[in-house]
Amino acid sequence: MSFNKLTVSTLAIAAVYATGAYAQGRDQVQVAGSSTVLPYSTIVAEAFGENFDFPTPVVQSGGSGAGLAQFCEGVGENTIDIANASREIKDSEIETCAANGVTDIMHVRIGYDGIVFASDVNGNSFEFTPADWYKALAAQVVVDGELVDNPYTTWNEVNPDLPEQPIMAFIPGTKHGTREVFEEKVLAAGCEESGALEEMTAMSDEDTAEAACVAVRTDGRSVDIDGDYTETLARIQSDPNGIGVFGLSFYENNTNSLQVATMSGVEPSTETIASGEYPVSRPLQFYVKKAHIGVVPGLKEFVTFFVSDDMAGPNGPLAAYGLVSDPELAQTQAAVEAEETM
Amino acid sequence: MTDISASPAGKSKGSSLLELDSRTRRRNAAERRFQIYGIVAIAIALAALLMLLVSIFSGGSSAFRQTFATFDMTLPAEQLDPEGNRDPAEMARVTTIGYQNVLRAGLVAAVRDAGIVPDGVADADITGILSPEAAADLRNRVLANPDLIGTTVDIDALVHGRIDGYFKGRVTMESAVRDANITPERLQIAEAMVENGLMSTRFNWGFVTKPDASDQRPEAAGLGVALLGSLYMMLVVLVLAVPIGVAASIYLEEFAPKNRFTDVIEVNISNLAAVPSIVFGILGLAIFINFAHLPQSAPIVGGLVLTLMTVPTIIISTRASLRAVPPSIRDAALGVGASRMQSVFHHVLPLAMPGILTGTIIGLAQALGETAPLLLIGMVAFVRDYPDAPPEGLFDPASALPVQVYNWTQRADPAFVERASGAIIVLLAFLLVMNAIAIILRRRFERRW
Repeated sequence: MSFNKLTVSTLAIAAVYATGAYAQGRDQVQVAGSSTVLPYSTIVAEAFGENFDFPTPVVQSGGSGAGLAQFCEGVGENTIDIANASREIKDSEIETCAANGVTDIMHVRIGYDGIVFASDVNGNSFEFTPADWYKALAAQVVVDGELVDNPYTTWNEVNPDLPEQPIMAFIPGTKHGTREVFEEKVLAAGCEESGALEEMTAMSDEDTAEAACVAVRTDGRSVDIDGDYTETLARIQSDPNGIGVFGLSFYENNTNSLQVATMSGVEPSTETIASGEYPVSRPLQFYVKKAHIGVVPGLKEFVTFFVSDDMAGPNGPLAAYGLVSDPELAQTQAAVEAEETM
Repeated sequence: MTDISASPAGKSKGSSLLELDSRTRRRNAAERRFQIYGIVAIAIALAALLMLLVSIFSGGSSAFRQTFATFDMTLPAEQLDPEGNRDPAEMARVTTIGYQNVLRAGLVAAVRDAGIVPDGVADADITGILSPEAAADLRNRVLANPDLIGTTVDIDALVHGRIDGYFKGRVTMESAVRDANITPERLQIAEAMVENGLMSTRFNWGFVTKPDASDQRPEAAGLGVALLGSLYMMLVVLVLAVPIGVAASIYLEEFAPKNRFTDVIEVNISNLAAVPSIVFGILGLAIFINFAHLPQSAPIVGGLVLTLMTVPTIIISTRASLRAVPPSIRDAALGVGASRMQSVFHHVLPLAMPGILTGTIIGLAQALGETAPLLLIGMVAFVRDYPDAPPEGLFDPASALPVQVYNWTQRADPAFVERASGAIIVLLAFLLVMNAIAIILRRRFERRW
């Protein structure tokens, strides 16, 4: 019966293709990782595909942690070449990498990104200091020498200069690299600034105090957002009292629905972040598997193109999108040229 | 003789045929209530569907229209071909940034010639009107036909997403004041250009045919790669899942002995059909990528994962339609001396075909809309190059329709929200077509006994 023969032959053909035909090797660069770096990566990938004879790199999202985990899976054509990260690679990740044979890793910093605090465009304006955020979000605060559960419910209780508006914060979830920067540059800094660190150190030891500084309240006034900034934006649009944590470039694309708060009196912009006046910023980077250079066509060219002045320079398209260009870009370019590893 | 019409005096009170007793009234009322519940349930379902369709179509139908700037300009040879040899290899050294400058100069000249620029507006305000994609288009056009250099050509360029948004009502003069990506001056010039016929909003095939674009150019993003990726995956599913599913169900239904072992298999198939799709994604990552070393982001892997997901659905529907074929057909075939295999393939299978096809198409439609398993095998990615023709193309990176929707909703620029809704419309159209085919096939081949 012809149906039978057809069935057998299609299965055979499929099996042959699934195993044998894929021998020709990958010809495009594969990138994965941080959703903050993703837009910059796609902008460069697009321009790279347009101007070079190499195919356009494939860029996946998923977060810094997921990207680095994929990166550390091993060396070979079915592993990614570049991991985007909005934080530095951890020692534990380097160990995992090494255990899987990924040893020579190039660290490429592409620039800086500001973390901004924004609220509904029609609501109150805010002028924050890190101490305000610490007091508003800490799980436990020191009141009259006693450690108590956070009693503050409105912003003006935290700081009389702030408007009377219920505290409702949408902060990045723990899987985001942004969360780490938020804890370090805002909560920990605010803890120290407000003197709470000293008081808590006096009560117990320093490690406990530092951990208490970044412990966020869980009574519903602070919400971890595990999705992207679009989710934070949607939450603010449905709850006008909410204040969200965003990347600068996301805010700049949504200025018609968001207004930005100043931090320690400085308004976030590419200029104030580049000069270091605006306190909450972090470097963006990606990691390259050196073993893949020369194996995957176009990898070295892509990395070189990424950090070139045309792309990552102060007048390039990345800066236009919101990246704060790195003043030490020339050093990065030299390091990429020499294929320096960590 | 008993008088049958006579009834006991006590009960005859309400038993007139014209007057209902209270028990009948209660039963009738219960029936009416049930009908009302049913109508309310249908009304809720219809309202939900209507809300979904209205929100998608009101948000997404504008994605099929795009604003273009049309003007004439002369392509300067000294900038685009410094060597003067018209050799594409040498000309390729001029990057899109070079083309962008040329294009911007051309636009400024065209707009200033038309005399629609208010005094005091800088060139920078005019140049920002064009999409960065326009330069790439022009570069490809010139490299494909170097003789264009030095001649006057018609430029038909995409404009910046914010200006397009202005004509679609997404951007207003007030929001432009606060917006870092657009100025009210640019919007005024754009309006003047529309009046002068230099700019128009029209149907945009590019949305369906072009590949995805980066966050900086939402106006250029299209579904081309996603459509091809989905098509390739469906091809793989069709080629693998249908034979496997049909063969398995024919064996189980017609040949397999009924014992504890086949019972276990049967239960497991039903369970498999209910397994969440993300589980198949994890399985796919472990088997196809980590063990079989197939490439990431490739439609072949997506197709294989979706095959695993679709096979149980196909087996269940195929077995149901095989069972629906009356035993008399089998008996008759066996009675005239056919072997069991002949009776199945000559008589039972053709009669079960409409049911099998319907089940297959519904399984395919389910697979078409699946995102979760693709997340883990690298198909949720930014892919700009079209995959090659199959079979080699099955191993090239590609995206998929539902993945593209998911991707676009994550982007910062609000213009991508419109495109995500547009992509949903395309996806719904696909599903509608597939379901229509299923209905037509069923109607055409259906047999009744």
